[in-house]
Amino acid sequence: MSSKNTSKKPIGVIGAGSFGTAMANILAENNQSVILYSHRPERVKAMGETRSSGGQKLQDNILLTNSFEEIGNNCEVIFPIVPSANFRTMIKGLSPFLKPYHILIHGTKGFDLNVTDPSKIDAQNPLSRDHVRTMSEVILEESSVVRVGCLAGPNLATEISERKPAATVVASHFDEVIRVGQSLLRSDRFLIYGSNDLIGIELCGILKNIIAVGAGTIAGLKLGDNARALFISRGLVEMVHIGKALGGNAQAFLGLAGVGDLIATSASSLSRNYTVGFRLAQGEVISDIIDSMEEVAEGVKTINIINKLSKTYKVRCPITETLYRIINKEMTVNDAHKYLMKFPFRAEIDFI
Amino acid sequence: MSRKKVKYPEIIPRTQQWPIVQLAKHRKEFIEEASAETFNNLQKITRGRSLREELEMTVYREKLRVKSNPWRVDPKDDKPFWLNIQKRLLDSHQLPKEESKEVEEKILKEIIYRYTDEIAGSFRRNSYRFAKKFITFGFARLLNAARVKGFTSLFSRQLDLDDKIHIQGQPEHIRKLAKIGTVVMVPTHFSNLDSILIGWVIQFLGLPAFLYGAGLNLFNLKVFAYFMNSLGAYKVDRRKKNPVYLEALKTYSSLALRKGCHSLFFPGGTRSRSGHIEKSLKLGLLGTTVEAQRIAFQEESSDKPARKIFVVPVVLNYHFTLEAPSLINDHLKATGQERYYKENDEFTTSYRIATFLFKFFTKGSDISVTIGKGMDILGNYVTDEGVSLDANGNAIDSRDYFVSAGKITFDKQREQEYVRILAKRIVEEFHKHNRVFASHLVAFVAFKILQRKNPKLDLYSLLRLHDEDLEIDYLEFKKDYKKLRKRLMKLYRKQKVDVAGHMKYKADESIELGVKNVGMYHAQRPLIKSKDGNKIIVQDMNTLYYYHNRMDGYELEKHL
Repeated sequence: MSSKNTSKKPIGVIGAGSFGTAMANILAENNQSVILYSHRPERVKAMGETRSSGGQKLQDNILLTNSFEEIGNNCEVIFPIVPSANFRTMIKGLSPFLKPYHILIHGTKGFDLNVTDPSKIDAQNPLSRDHVRTMSEVILEESSVVRVGCLAGPNLATEISERKPAATVVASHFDEVIRVGQSLLRSDRFLIYGSNDLIGIELCGILKNIIAVGAGTIAGLKLGDNARALFISRGLVEMVHIGKALGGNAQAFLGLAGVGDLIATSASSLSRNYTVGFRLAQGEVISDIIDSMEEVAEGVKTINIINKLSKTYKVRCPITETLYRIINKEMTVNDAHKYLMKFPFRAEIDFI
Repeated sequence: MSRKKVKYPEIIPRTQQWPIVQLAKHRKEFIEEASAETFNNLQKITRGRSLREELEMTVYREKLRVKSNPWRVDPKDDKPFWLNIQKRLLDSHQLPKEESKEVEEKILKEIIYRYTDEIAGSFRRNSYRFAKKFITFGFARLLNAARVKGFTSLFSRQLDLDDKIHIQGQPEHIRKLAKIGTVVMVPTHFSNLDSILIGWVIQFLGLPAFLYGAGLNLFNLKVFAYFMNSLGAYKVDRRKKNPVYLEALKTYSSLALRKGCHSLFFPGGTRSRSGHIEKSLKLGLLGTTVEAQRIAFQEESSDKPARKIFVVPVVLNYHFTLEAPSLINDHLKATGQERYYKENDEFTTSYRIATFLFKFFTKGSDISVTIGKGMDILGNYVTDEGVSLDANGNAIDSRDYFVSAGKITFDKQREQEYVRILAKRIVEEFHKHNRVFASHLVAFVAFKILQRKNPKLDLYSLLRLHDEDLEIDYLEFKKDYKKLRKRLMKLYRKQKVDVAGHMKYKADESIELGVKNVGMYHAQRPLIKSKDGNKIIVQDMNTLYYYHNRMDGYELEKHL
């Protein structure tokens, strides 16, 4: 139904990273013309010459651009998929070309930290939900767009580009946005579920990155599958507790965007966050790891934010706290695992 | 200190041209149009029930209402009407499908017409003029008699109602908007007097009369019925909750909006029972603004551009709510834990209202009415020219909110979401324009101090504290008052709340004023100062709690 409506205009994808490119290809395969945006002009030029991006071949009906104006004026549906640290700047640039008829479905799994003066964040004025925004909230704040949604689920970009089967959740307060997302993305190898719990689904995607980093350290230390399963299950409980404190529902965490994505990223060397953990366990320091990675591992930033928020909201997050101490060199990976094994956890499941 | 008096000329001097007058003139046609539209809308909405089931349910509920909860305003033929419908429904049961469907639809049309006819107000220009004069003149006389000493002052023109009622905010803005579009005024609602107060404000600002929905129960009382009718009220019967009635009500409001009738909704739906500023709004009636705006855009043509709808929040502030004792008792009863309390409605007799009005206008207790900034149907601010602005100050075409793939579409779920966004914005504006009086803050401080002194008590035990526990040392009180006032001023500078001028007085003076004014006409004043001046004494915890609630939601208690 809505595919007929939207097929006339090209679909915009902002961010030509691995996931953005994979999404652009999926959209293009469904006979949509796509405009793919990169903020670096030289990147646009290179992609145009090689017709590929980061090793992924680009479909023929993908146009490339470096202009927000071109995306805003030509597309009614836009998928912004850029790192959370650049998201607000990106929306501010795009905003003059956005109208209330636009539909934005983002695929960014991180927080926006809206703190003008970090030195003012202290015990008296702790970091709180007011300082931390999900990407849908950034869109609402910075533009006149209201029809906003997000993508979340086990979507390792490499596997999608290899045409392996996968699924995702499109979440939005608007049924219309879910319908549009479904009709644009659905294919034989890509299943689309819908949810109205926008914040819950966004939090799933963001929080699971913490656990992915941790799972990577377990693999790096070769602690075995039992330990990994233990870690993932406890990680899920921690996600639910902090997620609820930040405005999500427990249900979302038990679905594809929660457990589904968590299992995929916590066991795959294709995951960036997992890789960060793995290399930490091998003795590398965080700054070297980040410098050597081509794309952003959102988990590191999320660990810093959640570590602070968990204190503000008095939610016990031992996994996040331990990872925070590892990253800040207050603890070695080995000590951390000994510490967690001794940690007096509460009842196993107490959130349902 | 004398303020410069402002007089607002009427923006449409010829009442003949007021949309509401046009509506009243063509009352019959309008009812027919609204009925037909309601009928069409009901055809589209099916709730998994057949029309017959829907009708049977309606008849059943209506008969029950007639029997168990009859009111004086109800038409005399209520009972026979519904019996007749029931009989025809039964008789048609055996008919062939086509014929019985015909009967059902005819019955539905009759019910809709009856409802719409009942809802429709009967605005009369002449009585509007009279009511307007009566209110302004009568109240002004009372005021003069009380303020300026001596009998002859009854005829003095020294004081007007606008000395008593302070209009804050953006009166010029709403006047401009009313000229270029349709204004929907959404005030906070604490007292039954609000309708009259708002009625006065509307005419004072030179705006044409507004259409508004008033509870049918108010029409039970002749005096009120007269004012309501003449001020442009249509009737809302809260006893009727069946889908046919609700649809008729919504269609009436939506159609009137599209015809350019400025309207007034109390978005909280009813008076705030707890004394809180409305936090959750009734989305049904508010939804008609979104719907009416979408239809207006759909029907737009190049020679007839769509009229834009502007939502204007209005906050009413006073030291005192007449009905506070019974409202708070309702609230406490509803929240379940207080023992049964006999409800007494202060509005049962005209005499009581008259005495109240006399007290109200003869003793010094000021009222302020804050007119908020106009917003479009998604809560974006609009300029004086009616242009919607986004957060960055760029112009938005509100038509685009309904556009999908290049054209305007109807999507029920989308519009429900829009109503939710609008409701949230209205609540934000209410808090922002809430004008804090010293009386609100003294109530808040006193209640919080008692709460702090009794940390183990829950609300209901706290409300039953013994007399000896109801005294607060004045110096302690003053310290906390000053602390919270400082916080409040901080919020004020961030434009998150408004404060009355007297809040800036010296602490002792401002406390004095607050204690004197908080709930000043109740038989038992919530707060008094002891004779020696060393103590603040709480006399009535329930009303204190009520007045304290108004300051809830600003997180001031964190700073105590």
